[in-house]
Amino acid sequence: MSTETVVLPPAAARARTGTSASCAHCESAVPAALVDAGADRQFCCTGCATAYAVLHEHGLDTYYDLAERRDRPVRSSGRTYEEFDHAAFHELYVRRTVDGLASVDLHLEGVHCASCVWIVERVPLLLPGVARTELNVRRALAHVEWDDAAVPLSHIARALDRLGYAAHPFRGVRAEAVRRREDRAMLVRIGVAGAIAVNVMLAALALYSGWFGGIEREHERLFRWVSLGLTTVALLWPGRVFFTGALAALRLRALHMDVPIALALAAGLARGAVNTVRDAGPIYFDGLATLVFALLAGRYLQQRGQRFAADSAELLHSLAPTAARVVDGERVREVPAAALLPGMLLDVRAGDTLAADGVVEQGSSTIDLSLLTGESRPVRATAGDVVYAGTLNRGAPLRVRVTQPGECSRLAAILRQVEEGHRRRAPVVLLADRLAGAFVAVVLVLAALTLAFWWRVDPGAAVDHAIALLIVTCPCALALATPLAVSVAVGRAARTGILVKGGDVLEKLARPGLLLLDKTGTVTRACTALERWDGPAWVRPLVLALEAGSPHPLAAGFRRAWPDVAPAVATESVHTVGGGIEGVVDGRVVMVGSPRFVRARARGGEATPVEDDALTPVLVAVDGEVLGAAAFGDPLRADAARSVERLRARGWRVRLLSGDAPSVVHAVARRLGLPADDAAGGASPEDKLRVVERAARGGPHVVMVGDGVNDAAAIAAASVGVGVHGGAEASLAIADVHLARPGLEPLVRLVEGAARTMRVIRRNIGFSLAYNLVGAALAISGRLDPLIAAVLMPASSLTVVLASWRSRTFEQPPTHPEEVA
Amino acid sequence: MSVLFLVLPLALLIVAVAVGAYVWATRSGQLDDLDTPAIRMLHDEPGTARRGEGHRER
Repeated sequence: MSTETVVLPPAAARARTGTSASCAHCESAVPAALVDAGADRQFCCTGCATAYAVLHEHGLDTYYDLAERRDRPVRSSGRTYEEFDHAAFHELYVRRTVDGLASVDLHLEGVHCASCVWIVERVPLLLPGVARTELNVRRALAHVEWDDAAVPLSHIARALDRLGYAAHPFRGVRAEAVRRREDRAMLVRIGVAGAIAVNVMLAALALYSGWFGGIEREHERLFRWVSLGLTTVALLWPGRVFFTGALAALRLRALHMDVPIALALAAGLARGAVNTVRDAGPIYFDGLATLVFALLAGRYLQQRGQRFAADSAELLHSLAPTAARVVDGERVREVPAAALLPGMLLDVRAGDTLAADGVVEQGSSTIDLSLLTGESRPVRATAGDVVYAGTLNRGAPLRVRVTQPGECSRLAAILRQVEEGHRRRAPVVLLADRLAGAFVAVVLVLAALTLAFWWRVDPGAAVDHAIALLIVTCPCALALATPLAVSVAVGRAARTGILVKGGDVLEKLARPGLLLLDKTGTVTRACTALERWDGPAWVRPLVLALEAGSPHPLAAGFRRAWPDVAPAVATESVHTVGGGIEGVVDGRVVMVGSPRFVRARARGGEATPVEDDALTPVLVAVDGEVLGAAAFGDPLRADAARSVERLRARGWRVRLLSGDAPSVVHAVARRLGLPADDAAGGASPEDKLRVVERAARGGPHVVMVGDGVNDAAAIAAASVGVGVHGGAEASLAIADVHLARPGLEPLVRLVEGAARTMRVIRRNIGFSLAYNLVGAALAISGRLDPLIAAVLMPASSLTVVLASWRSRTFEQPPTHPEEVA
Repeated sequence: MSVLFLVLPLALLIVAVAVGAYVWATRSGQLDDLDTPAIRMLHDEPGTARRGEGHRER
């Protein structure tokens, strides 16, 4: 095997022409020894070559459009998982089984198929002391039971990690237990209610047959008493929730849907019981039992829909580092973030996120506050300064003394907000709740009136009609279907790679407004290629030295353009977001950045580089004098123009807002089909925030789409903030929507799906209104038998719930494969 | 006195047993995860024939 390292080409360069050394079929790196300079496609092995030939020969190249590509090969994260053995970790996450073994639930990354289940459940068993491992494939949760005296948890985690399944502690342990109990109780109730309903219906069948064909009195009596017995059980066991719900509602003076239901059930049972004892008159036990079952089933479906949405929030896990590096005498240990105590000394490397609030004791660096404040200007921090958890240490290592650990830190507060975000109710849902309350009040009044009106005619019939009214009217569209439609939409969107944090987002996106797009990384691929360089060759190592540690796409562009230039070493470097880098290399002061940044700090550069519209200019200055100029090109995403067109066709006003040079931004805007004054370049992060604020004051809601690198504040301030694929960590925390797939097409689907969801909700409400009016009219006028009512109501309820549940609000787009799970 | 007075309670007894079994299964967590057991069925028990018994077509 060649010892030369082949740099894995970035995603954008992985074109099928294979001019970079990546396999045309499977996209993994082609070892240098197998690169065939003459061929225009490279393959990593005969297998891939053959597969490609077969597909190509039979015109099946669409395979490459459909196949979901890995961004990189399965690789272990290299973590040591030391913190998993820490006492505090065990206290938080590890439980004991009855056999005395330790057990833990770990959330694994990268689980997606049957083989994953096989591997995850078998590999840990190779370690002595591991008793069993069980994987829940849908939620990617592995339950591990092991003897903690025989093998530490970190070993088990490392074993899984080596295969590509990075492990995180499952933080919802307490919520999980509650959820499991609730689910089981619900399933029991539905099962029992179903069994009873079916049997009561069989007894009713016998009675109906008897009605038509004649039946012995004693048999009739038998069936009536059996029905009474079974229905009583149904009301006392599974049906008890309705009574407890109604009592709770009355105590809170709120009118909940449970109230009329409980009333109807109680009245129906009483009336049926009286008639059974009297041995004369109609009974409605089959209707009542079926009602109980159908209502419970409807509620269960609704609950599942809402779980769907909550589970997708689990995808945004580990925003805060779970481990922190604590200085312990001479050593530095990894400790779970939750175990940090005030007074501990943290070692924070450059590029690390701070795990707790504290005071800098040693070191001098710049801190990126964007996660907390949205403010992206880095702040200097030296000894004595206060720093906060969740911020990113950009410059140099720091030693920080902890003041506020874990739960109390500002980051924890934000994360709590994020977690609660998925419980945010859409305004339409809140409205529906209020309307449901009013609805119930109206129904109760009408029932009382009906009773009073018919009492004079026939008391028995009066009771029947009132019961029929109570049963048939149902605010299902309001109480059940609306929140369900929203939850299902959010869950489905998550399946297609659109992670929505709250139901209100969908409502806001349903109507067109103002859409602000960031350029780099959002509309373009952020894969920067050096197109032109004017400057002396000896400057190159200096540039590379400064760009060495930078994650900025331009740095990667430089590195890719000059692979054989050995970088010098920078002794100091400061990165200004949206401007450039300056530092000291080999004793010289070097600056690399945007023309505005560099010209403010150095002479020269008036002989500007050719500002070709589409290219991003970068100036290099050494010792205060501009010596070099580079021009970078950034290709537009394939679907960008089309997506923008579709959005504008729906009525959205689209504007491009970027920190890049105005000429470049205008060129990109032209290619997207946007008018010139809908594009603004040279915007600093503060400028972007100002644009958002001004727009929010004036008119329709503002949607900001960006990658969080220099627009975190704008994203936070917009009515809906959208973070794109590949964006900064800040966008995960702050944005209301996270697009997990690249491109702008998910954005279009999000907007279309939101509109569709609102349509589904409106349709449901319309149907429910019509149904209720007709049903109530029939019941009040005495034309509705309670039995029919008991069938109609769950039917309508289930119809509306099913319509929401199955509503095709977010579907897999035709060019992507179906999800496996 | 017809046989119905014997058969009906007997049938109800059977239903009670079935419901009891269902409640036991639910409460002991057997219905918590309905997806993964379906996949696990595809896995071989360790220790059974290791040599692949798949088709050899060529």
